[in-house]
Amino acid sequence: MTVSVETRNLSITFGHGPTALKVLPDVSFLVEPGECFGLVGESGSGKSTILRCISMLTDFWKGDVLINGKSVRDMPLIERCRTLQMVFQDPYGSLHPRQSVRTVLSEPLRIHKLSDHEDRMQKVLTDVGLPVSFLDRFPHQLSGGQRQRVAIARALILEPSLLLLDEPTSALDVSVQAEILNLLQRLRELHGFTYIMVTHDLAVVDHMCDRFAVMLRGEITEILPREAIPGCEATHPYSRELIGASLEYEGHA
Amino acid sequence: MTSPILDVKNLHIRYGGASADAVRGVSFTLGRERLGIVGESGSGKSTVGRALLRLLPSAKITAETMRFEDIELLSLTEKQMLGIRGRRMSMILQDPKFSLNPIRKVGDQVAETYLRHFKCSRKEAGEKAIAMLEAVKIRDPERVCEQYPHEISGGMGQRVMIAMMLLADPDVVIADEPTSALDVTVRLQVLNILDSLVRDRGIGLIMISHDLNLVRNFCDRVLIMYAGRVVETLAARDLDKAQHPYTRGLLAAQPRIGGARAPLAVLDRRPEWLEEVSR
Ligand SMILES: Nc1ncnc2c1ncn2[C@@H]1O[C@H](COP(=O)(O)OP(=O)(O)OP(=O)(O)O)[C@@H](O)[C@H]1O
Ligand SMILES: Nc1ncnc2c1ncn2[C@@H]1O[C@H](COP(=O)(O)OP(=O)(O)OP(=O)(O)O)[C@@H](O)[C@H]1O
Ligand SMILES: [Mg+2]
Ligand SMILES: [Mg+2]
Repeated sequence: MTVSVETRNLSITFGHGPTALKVLPDVSFLVEPGECFGLVGESGSGKSTILRCISMLTDFWKGDVLINGKSVRDMPLIERCRTLQMVFQDPYGSLHPRQSVRTVLSEPLRIHKLSDHEDRMQKVLTDVGLPVSFLDRFPHQLSGGQRQRVAIARALILEPSLLLLDEPTSALDVSVQAEILNLLQRLRELHGFTYIMVTHDLAVVDHMCDRFAVMLRGEITEILPREAIPGCEATHPYSRELIGASLEYEGHA
Repeated sequence: MTSPILDVKNLHIRYGGASADAVRGVSFTLGRERLGIVGESGSGKSTVGRALLRLLPSAKITAETMRFEDIELLSLTEKQMLGIRGRRMSMILQDPKFSLNPIRKVGDQVAETYLRHFKCSRKEAGEKAIAMLEAVKIRDPERVCEQYPHEISGGMGQRVMIAMMLLADPDVVIADEPTSALDVTVRLQVLNILDSLVRDRGIGLIMISHDLNLVRNFCDRVLIMYAGRVVETLAARDLDKAQHPYTRGLLAAQPRIGGARAPLAVLDRRPEWLEEVSR
């Protein structure tokens, strides 16, 4: 199944009273079925928070998040897990230190009563470029990039229609990044998966995304097609600055 | 060049219970420069960094020499090492959230680093902490000081780690992916700070990074690691002239703005790369 995602007037405030902080004042955007939508922008601007709201990891937000027109609030947990999965920015925090890779990967299969555990686990590990022998390792026995790949494998193993990817490849060397990005593209072509992808690398956006939103202090400054990157065709000053700096960083200036 | 700050010869590291060495005969020197380390995920980059600070209790570390200035690091007692770690040699770890104490406020932890190394009042340390968070471009540092690690963003966590390192005022900095979660604008500002440490204070900086653009533009020299070895050493500006097939493969696998959207080139990892060492 291929799904659309819509956020309407999404807002969230952390804390209470005088120290309360409105991190997202009012965010709306629509992601088409099968689209890869990028989220870029200032560090601390609320990109990870948006993904956490969509996935209901944080649930005290206001507004609407609709997947194929259905509110995520109305989805039972089991259905939600089959529909969407998230890859976290911080793989150390997202993997339980006492769970082996095997446990991490087999638990979702067990909960969702899927068959062929061993086959599925081996396939998904191979897909992310890890040897099958890693099934018996624990997170602290893995390098940063290996942990990130386990986190990606965990998200893929249930074959969800929507993947929320928070800097999925920033901890990986570019050769492994290439393998993962190619894999994500292939899955999209094959199954029509929809992606929302946070990244700081506009070359990755240009390669993967159809459109992307530029964020600054909790607000979307503008939504641009990926074609706007090479010629820096943004109108908002911050988006122009960010794209300009990225072009220079890559040596285009 | 004057005598190096770090001199490492034939470093081998084996994790407890592992059947093979994670690092196999790595040698390099570090002067008052920016040395990049690039390499395959799992090739041993973080392991080398942690070994330099003797942060690998369960691993067996051997080397002909692992010298910091005139100190042989491998022969120090743990007590002597405490005087060096964090203060004279500092590492910015790859996982900020993991390195911070989850149940203590960010500001207290940053101030703590300063208190640990310098004599001053708590209040003074607190002020230093805020000033340093401001220096690394954190918006609203007073608020961030009152937050717990799980309440700050990935890129804020990285900058907190950098601020802690800066407060200790070390002579050698090992930065493990210090800017991967920063937007390009803030990243350039933070790199400028690190750069001025090398230029003005004469520290030695090891920069572990997957970002080839960063290494090319920001570092002086670069080591390329593959499977526990250094397979190539280059002047950073000559990165594009790399000879080793692994390095060439890396350059080819990099997506580029305005590039064709064809599948990215992937590496055909050759078994013989495992045994090659750079000359
Ligand atoms: N649980 C929380 N409690 C309080 N504040 C929070 C919490 N979670 C996030 N924030 C704040 O919300 C803001 C946005 O954080 P978020 O992690 O979404 O940023 P980001 O855009 O992903 O940044 P980065 O690129 O650095 O990862 C930050 O100021 C952060 O401190
Ligand atoms: N505690 C441990 N026990 C056993 N093996 C380990 C342990 N820690 C790391 N390793 C292994 O040692 C190798 C080197 O790991 P290291 O973390 O140094 O890689 P890295 O080059 O930093 O990779 P990355 O770019 O992914 O962070 C990896 O194959 C890893 O799985
Ligand atoms: Mg984030
Ligand atoms: Mg590492």
